Amino acid sequence: MSAPLIEASELVRIYHSRKGFFSKATHMRAVDGVSLKVMPGETLGIVGESGSGKSTLGRMLLGIDPAQAGAVRFDGRPMPRLGTAEWRALRARMQLVYQDPLAALDKRLPIARQIGEPLEIHKLAGPEERAARVAELMAAVGLRPDQAERFPHELSGGQRQRAVIARALASRPQLLVCDEPVAALDVSIQAQVVNMLRDLQEENGIAMVFISHDLKVVRNIADRVAVMYLGHIVEEASSDVLFRAPRHPYTKALVSSVPVPGQRLKDRTILQGEPPNPANRPSGCPFHPRCPLAAAICRAETPVLRWVGPNRSAACHMVSPEPASVAA
Amino acid sequence: MISFVLSRLVRAIVTIFAVMTFAFVVLRLSGDPAQVMLGPDVPLSAIEAFRSQWGLDQPLWMQYLAYIRSIVTGDFGVSMRDGMPAAQLVLERIPSTLQLTVPALLLQLAIGIPAGVYAALHRQSATDRGVIFLSVLGFTVPSFVLGLLLVLVFAVTFAVLPSGGYGSWQHAILPAITMSIGGIGILARFSRSAMIEVMGQPYVRTASAKGLKWRDVVWRHALPNAAVPIVTIVGFMVGSLIAGAVVVESIFSWPGIGRLLVVSVTNRDLPVVQCILLMIASAMVVSNLIVDLLYGWLDPRLRSQAAH
Amino acid sequence: MTSIEIDSATPGRGLAGRFLLRTRRAFPFSVGVGIFWLAAMIFVAIFADLLRPYGITAMDLSSRLVGPGHPTHWLGTDELGRDVFSRLLQSIRISLVIAFGATILSAVFGTALGFAAAKFRGIVEHLVLALADFQAALPFLIMSLAVLAFFGSSMWLLVCLMGFYGWERYARIARGLAISASAQGYASAVVQLGATPMRVYVRHILPNIASTLIVSMTLTFPEIILMESGLSFLGLGVQPPESSLGNMVGFGREYLTTAPWIMLAPAAVIMLTTLSISLVGDWLRDKLDPTVR
Repeated sequence: MSAPLIEASELVRIYHSRKGFFSKATHMRAVDGVSLKVMPGETLGIVGESGSGKSTLGRMLLGIDPAQAGAVRFDGRPMPRLGTAEWRALRARMQLVYQDPLAALDKRLPIARQIGEPLEIHKLAGPEERAARVAELMAAVGLRPDQAERFPHELSGGQRQRAVIARALASRPQLLVCDEPVAALDVSIQAQVVNMLRDLQEENGIAMVFISHDLKVVRNIADRVAVMYLGHIVEEASSDVLFRAPRHPYTKALVSSVPVPGQRLKDRTILQGEPPNPANRPSGCPFHPRCPLAAAICRAETPVLRWVGPNRSAACHMVSPEPASVAA
Repeated sequence: MISFVLSRLVRAIVTIFAVMTFAFVVLRLSGDPAQVMLGPDVPLSAIEAFRSQWGLDQPLWMQYLAYIRSIVTGDFGVSMRDGMPAAQLVLERIPSTLQLTVPALLLQLAIGIPAGVYAALHRQSATDRGVIFLSVLGFTVPSFVLGLLLVLVFAVTFAVLPSGGYGSWQHAILPAITMSIGGIGILARFSRSAMIEVMGQPYVRTASAKGLKWRDVVWRHALPNAAVPIVTIVGFMVGSLIAGAVVVESIFSWPGIGRLLVVSVTNRDLPVVQCILLMIASAMVVSNLIVDLLYGWLDPRLRSQAAH
Repeated sequence: MTSIEIDSATPGRGLAGRFLLRTRRAFPFSVGVGIFWLAAMIFVAIFADLLRPYGITAMDLSSRLVGPGHPTHWLGTDELGRDVFSRLLQSIRISLVIAFGATILSAVFGTALGFAAAKFRGIVEHLVLALADFQAALPFLIMSLAVLAFFGSSMWLLVCLMGFYGWERYARIARGLAISASAQGYASAVVQLGATPMRVYVRHILPNIASTLIVSMTLTFPEIILMESGLSFLGLGVQPPESSLGNMVGFGREYLTTAPWIMLAPAAVIMLTTLSISLVGDWLRDKLDPTVR
C-alpha cells in the first residue's frame, strides 16, 4: 500500500461568534474530530447537508482554515501555516475549485490572463510557454481559443466554471478540492462539467476531494465517499458499496431519497425533526434527534467512527460489524 | 444600549487624548520652546534657567505627564504676546463666536432642510432644478469670496450694512449669512437625496397606497426616517461652521475665536493656539458624540450593530 | 429603447438636431461647459509661462491700479502696477499643482492605510479608525492653521499638509472593498492560487476599486482647492512673491472699494473651477458608481 497524498487526523474547527459586546459567545463546532486519507489519483466524495461542515473541511485540507486541533499532512509533510511562503509555494500542488465561478474570477481581467496566473505566480513558464500552456488548458476544459480575451461576465456559467477549472489545473496540481463545483450551474450543464472533471482527473492522475450535497453527482465521480453530519464523518465506504448498501441510518435516509430511474420510490426513510444547527449541537450522537433507531445510549454517548466491514466504517451505536464471512 | 454609549464615550476620550498628544508633539517638534520664547539673543544661562523653571530639562515623558496634568487642571499656559492666561483669552472670545455660529446654524437648518425636502417632493420640477443648482453653487463658492462679494454689494455699493466690526445686530448680518450659505447648500442637497431615498422605500409606498393622506405619509412616515441621515450631516456641519468662523471672522474683523486663532498663528503665540485647538476638538468630540447618540436613538437598529 | 422613442417623437429634426440630441444625452450642457473649462485650466497650468504677457513680479509703476480693458493690461493692474492677467495665470498653475499633488497624495496615503487595515485587521485597523476619529475631531482648516503656526509655511509643507485632506474617505472605501473582496470572491481565489499579498492588493483589488477611488478624487479635488485658497487668503498658505488664487483674493481685498478687479478675477476662477469639477464629478459618479454619494 502506497502512502496517502493527503492525510487529516482529528481535525477540529470551532467558530466563535458573539452577538453583542457583553453577550455570551456561542461556539460552533463546524468540524469536530475528522480524520481521512486520500491516495494519489483517488477521488473522495464528501456529502452532507448544508451546515455539516463539509466546506470547512475542504478549506482545512488546503490549509486555508487553520485547524484548532489535529493536523493535515500533505505528501508526508505537515501543512505550513496560512500565508507563509511555504504555504504559498504549496499552492502549485493543491488547488481549489469554487462553487461560484463568477465570484472566483477577477471581473477586470480576460480569462486567458487568469488561467495563466498560477504559472506567473509560481514562475513555472516563460511568456511563450505560458501562452501555449493556456491554450492547451483551454482546449482541455472545452473553451474555444477565441474566448481567451473574453471577460468573465461575457461567458456563461458553465464556461466560467471551465475557466476556473483550467486555472486550477494550470500548475499541474496533485490534489484538487472541488467545493460544490456544479451547484451553481444549470442541471443540463452539471453533467458535462462533472464528466469533464472526471476525465481530466483520470488523465492527469490527480487526487480529488469532491464536496457536494448532491448524491447523484458524487456517485458519478467518487471512488470513495464520506458522509458528514454536524462536523462528524458518520459513514465512509467505497462509492458503490455505500450507495448499494448504506449502513448508517442517516446515509440510508439520504440514499433512499435519491430517485432511481425505472424504480418506484419504496422504503423511503423520511427524516424527522429539525435540520441540523451547528450552533446548537445535541449531546451524544449528533444525529439522534432525527434517528428512527435512536436509543438511550445515543443521547448519552457520541459514537466513534469504527470498522464495520471491509473498506467501510460507520459511527453508529446501532450498526454492528458485518460477520467476516459475509464480508468476504 | 449601555455598551453602545460606553464604547462611544471611550472613543471620545481617546480622541481628545490624541488631540492633546498631537498638540504636545507638534509643539515640541517645532523647536525649543525656550529659544522661541526668549528669542535668539539671550545668554545661555538664561535659557538654562528658563528650562529648569518650566521643567524642560526633564525627560520627554515627564514633560508629557506634566503637560497632561496642567491641561487636566485647566492650566493652558500664558499668552506669549500679552501675558494673559491663554484660557481666559479664549473664553472671552467664545460669546462673540457663538453670536455668529448659532444664527448661521439656525439659518442652515431653517432653509436647507425645507428646501431639500420640498425639492424631493417635487422632483424634476423647475423648483427642484433650481434648488440643485443653487445648492451646488452654495457649497462651491468659497466663503471668503462670498463674504467679499456681499461686502461689495451691501456695504460698498448700497451702503446699507456695515462692512465689518462688532457692535450692533446689523454687524452680524453679513457674517452670519456668509457663514451659513455653504451649509445650506450641503444640507439642501443631502436632505433632498435622503428624502428621495425614503420616499422610494416600500413602507412609504405602502402607506400612500393604503390611502393615507399625503400629508400624513410625508410627516409620519417619510420625514422621521429621512431624519436619521440628516442628523449625521448636521454633526459634520458643526465642524465646518467652526472652520468657517476662522475665515469669516477674519473678513469681517469679528473679534471671535477664529480671528484670535489667525492672529495667534501669525504671531506664533503657541499657548493660545494650543488652547484653541483643544477647545475646538472638545467641542467637536462632544457634538459628534451627541450626533452618535441621537443617531442610535433615532435608529434603534444601530444600537446593537454599533456595539461591534 | 429610449433612442427609438426620441427619434420617432422628433421626426422633423435634421441631422444637426439629432447630433445635438445625441451629445446632449451623452452629457448635459452644464457638464460640457465644465469639461471645457477644466481643459482650459489644465492648459493654462501647463503653459502658464508661455501664455502670460508679463512676469508676475514685473512692476509698471506708471500704470498702477488701472482697470480692466486697458490695451496692454487686459484685466488691469494691482497696486504695484503688476499685470493681473499674468498673475492670474501663474496663480492658476500654483493652485492646480498644489491641489493635484495633494489629491494624489491623499488618495495614495488613504488607500494604503485602508488596505493595511483590511490586511492586518486587529490593532492596525483600530489605529486607522482612531486616526480617522482624530481627523473628524479637528476641522481640517484648524489643524492646518496649527501646523502652519508651529512650523511656518512652505510650499512643500503646504502640499504635504493638503495631502492629509480627505484620506479617511479613501481609507474607508479601500478597507471596505478590500475586506469584502477578501472574504469571498476573486481576492481569496487569487490568494488560494499562491499569490503574495502584494500581488493580490496591487494587481487585483486596486484595479477593481479604481473607479470608486477616482470618483472620490473628484470630491476631494475641489475641496482641496478651497482649503488651499482659504489658507492663502488668510496669509498662511502660499507666500509672496509666489502667488495663488487664494492669496490674490487676500491681497486684492484691501483694494475692494477702489480696485475690485484684482480680487474678482481670481475669485471667479476659483468659483468656476470648483463648480466645474463638482458638475463633472457628479456626472461621473452617476455614470461610474452609483454607490458613492
